[in-house]
Amino acid sequence: MIKTMAEFAANNEMPEVLFWVGCAGSFDQRAQRITKAFATILTKVGVSFAILGKEEMCTGDPARRAGNEFLFQMMAYNNIQTLNGYGIKKIVTICPHCFNIFTNEYPELGGKYEVMHHSTFLQQLINEGRVRIKEGGAFKGKKITYHDSCYLGRANGIYEAPREVLKALDAELVEMKRCGSNGMCCGAGGAQMFKEEEAGTTRINFERAEEAIETGAKIIAANCPYCTTMLTDGVKSKEKEDDVKVLDIAELIEASLED
Amino acid sequence: MHLLQQIVFILCAGTAIGIFTKKVVEVRRNILLGRDENLTDQSGRRWRNVLLLAFGQKKMFKRPLPAVLHFFVYAGFVLINIEVLEILIDGIFGTERIFQAPLGAFYNVVIGFFEILAFLTLIAVIVFLIRRNILKVKRLSMHELDGFPKRDANTILYIEIVLMCMLLLMNAMEGAIQLKEGVGNGFLISSLIAPLFTGLSLDMLNIIKHTCWWGHILGIFAFLNYLPYSKHFHILLAFPNAFYTRLTPQGKMANMPEVQNEVLYMMQPELAPTATDAAPVQHRFGAKDVMDLSWKNLLDAYSCTECGRCTSVCPANITGKKLSPRKIMMDTRDRLEEVGENINKNKNFVDDGKSLVHDYISVEELRACTTCQACVEACPVSIEPLSIINQLRRYLIMEESNAPQEWNLMSSNIENNMAPWKFSPDDRDKWANEMEPSA
Ligand code: SF4
Ligand code: SF4
Repeated sequence: MIKTMAEFAANNEMPEVLFWVGCAGSFDQRAQRITKAFATILTKVGVSFAILGKEEMCTGDPARRAGNEFLFQMMAYNNIQTLNGYGIKKIVTICPHCFNIFTNEYPELGGKYEVMHHSTFLQQLINEGRVRIKEGGAFKGKKITYHDSCYLGRANGIYEAPREVLKALDAELVEMKRCGSNGMCCGAGGAQMFKEEEAGTTRINFERAEEAIETGAKIIAANCPYCTTMLTDGVKSKEKEDDVKVLDIAELIEASLED
Repeated sequence: MHLLQQIVFILCAGTAIGIFTKKVVEVRRNILLGRDENLTDQSGRRWRNVLLLAFGQKKMFKRPLPAVLHFFVYAGFVLINIEVLEILIDGIFGTERIFQAPLGAFYNVVIGFFEILAFLTLIAVIVFLIRRNILKVKRLSMHELDGFPKRDANTILYIEIVLMCMLLLMNAMEGAIQLKEGVGNGFLISSLIAPLFTGLSLDMLNIIKHTCWWGHILGIFAFLNYLPYSKHFHILLAFPNAFYTRLTPQGKMANMPEVQNEVLYMMQPELAPTATDAAPVQHRFGAKDVMDLSWKNLLDAYSCTECGRCTSVCPANITGKKLSPRKIMMDTRDRLEEVGENINKNKNFVDDGKSLVHDYISVEELRACTTCQACVEACPVSIEPLSIINQLRRYLIMEESNAPQEWNLMSSNIENNMAPWKFSPDDRDKWANEMEPSA
């Protein structure tokens, strides 16, 4: 059973870490699979964690990026009240947008926490030997390409941790032409996820998916629920969904955990 | 040198520097029209950025070929300026090659080195012209550069060619004179062409030499005064711009303390300032026009080299959207210059019924941005087009309530359901209940 912070608090207990799920991870069917995979890993390796459950709210990222600062400040105020109320110190999240906003934008509003994105968290668990990958796992020798999400990569300079995690799978990591700090956006950021794209010659996710498919990889690894959705649609537009899968690194690790 | 020549030279130099200074003061005034932003903390890291980004041109080297060529031109610019110093002193005091005697034989080495640079600059500039006009490299030949920007880029390259040729020709004349008099054979590169001119009379050689000398220095004065109107202003502004560049992670969006406080006072009215407290300055939410932007945004605009590296990596632009981060910077500068002209004419800014948003930058452009920061990462001069985009978007939403229907829906969902989609907040942890009990 996954426990909420309220349940921990009722027993006067504090989990090792708060798992901030985020809106996509909570409601979007595709993203829920990432959430479940990550929760499964945490449970299996014995990390004590809590979720906020119904008390979690949108961080306000899409509102702020669209330009609606009032709404953002409202959401931030409420979330910080909740988090500080529980005395939260450490947060892990599967969403780079939540990660960025907690790391860079909540502190000056009074929300100061140690925040980790799940790729860094997984890398640590692997390094500490808490997460162990089974020998000859499903992805051994398979070609995987990694898509840098903007809010983990350029926004916060995290390029290595997710790649380290993928290396643990013994897969063959191939890079796209635009990778690392030159990585190309999936098209969802800045609240684009919630509106039609402006008129153009093609869609951003189509362009990016094409680049990923060109590497010949069978798996496109992502670290963001929005990227996952965008790239999945992009792969479909090229009618490659039977050959090429888009998976979050949490899903890849979960499928390769030692029994 | 003749006394008359000295006087003419001093007059020319004085006028050139005077006009330039006047324009620089004006540019500074324009930049300071922007909102205040304190960017002087952590001076150690800031100086490091000046060294790495401006002097070291770190980001240029993401694209090696133009980087190397640009480096020649840049080194040429910086070092040949030392020679210009000599020219200035010679011009004012009527001396000739004042550094020659004190430096002795070393002088020839130095000038030889400058000649190599001048030669490399010449080659680089020719390659640049070819890339722009014959190969038509995409980012250098897009439509947003039609008209002045395209002419500007080429003009600068032609001026460079003329200046470098004058310099080499002048030295070649001197080489030819030395050859004729049998007292030496000139400097490293120019000596190669000097023999071509030994057929001319000594008088003729001297006339050409002095013409080149004058042409070179007058060219430099003209160049200096062209700079503030050109994308080439970056050769000066890249340095302060690197110093004042942001030190926080690129993902951090600037806070709006006034909105933060408003929300705070709404939630906790007991914290609200009483009427006796001084009311903070109220300005517009976000930015409608250049005066609403930060002064750093405006310095950015004057520093932009219009190289288009930002646009060439912009996912919106790559996929055919109207948005181009370079155009955002060019528009900001054009509007700021227009506002500056307005102030020159009327003493104070008189409303001209125009603004940066709508008249220069359209809503459609602003809407296309994914806030991916690729433009910021790519810019070799530490410019942040995204910062301007964000502020203009804030204005559109908060002052004009100008949002696409889908964004209004998103906002109302966030407000009512605590998520951007229309789901019941009660279902937020439904996934947890669906998990296998063993997990
Ligand atoms: S942040 Fe916006 S303008 Fe800059 S590259 Fe990304 S989409 Fe283009
Ligand atoms: S903003 Fe930077 S990258 Fe873009 S055109 Fe100007 S100088 Fe080049």
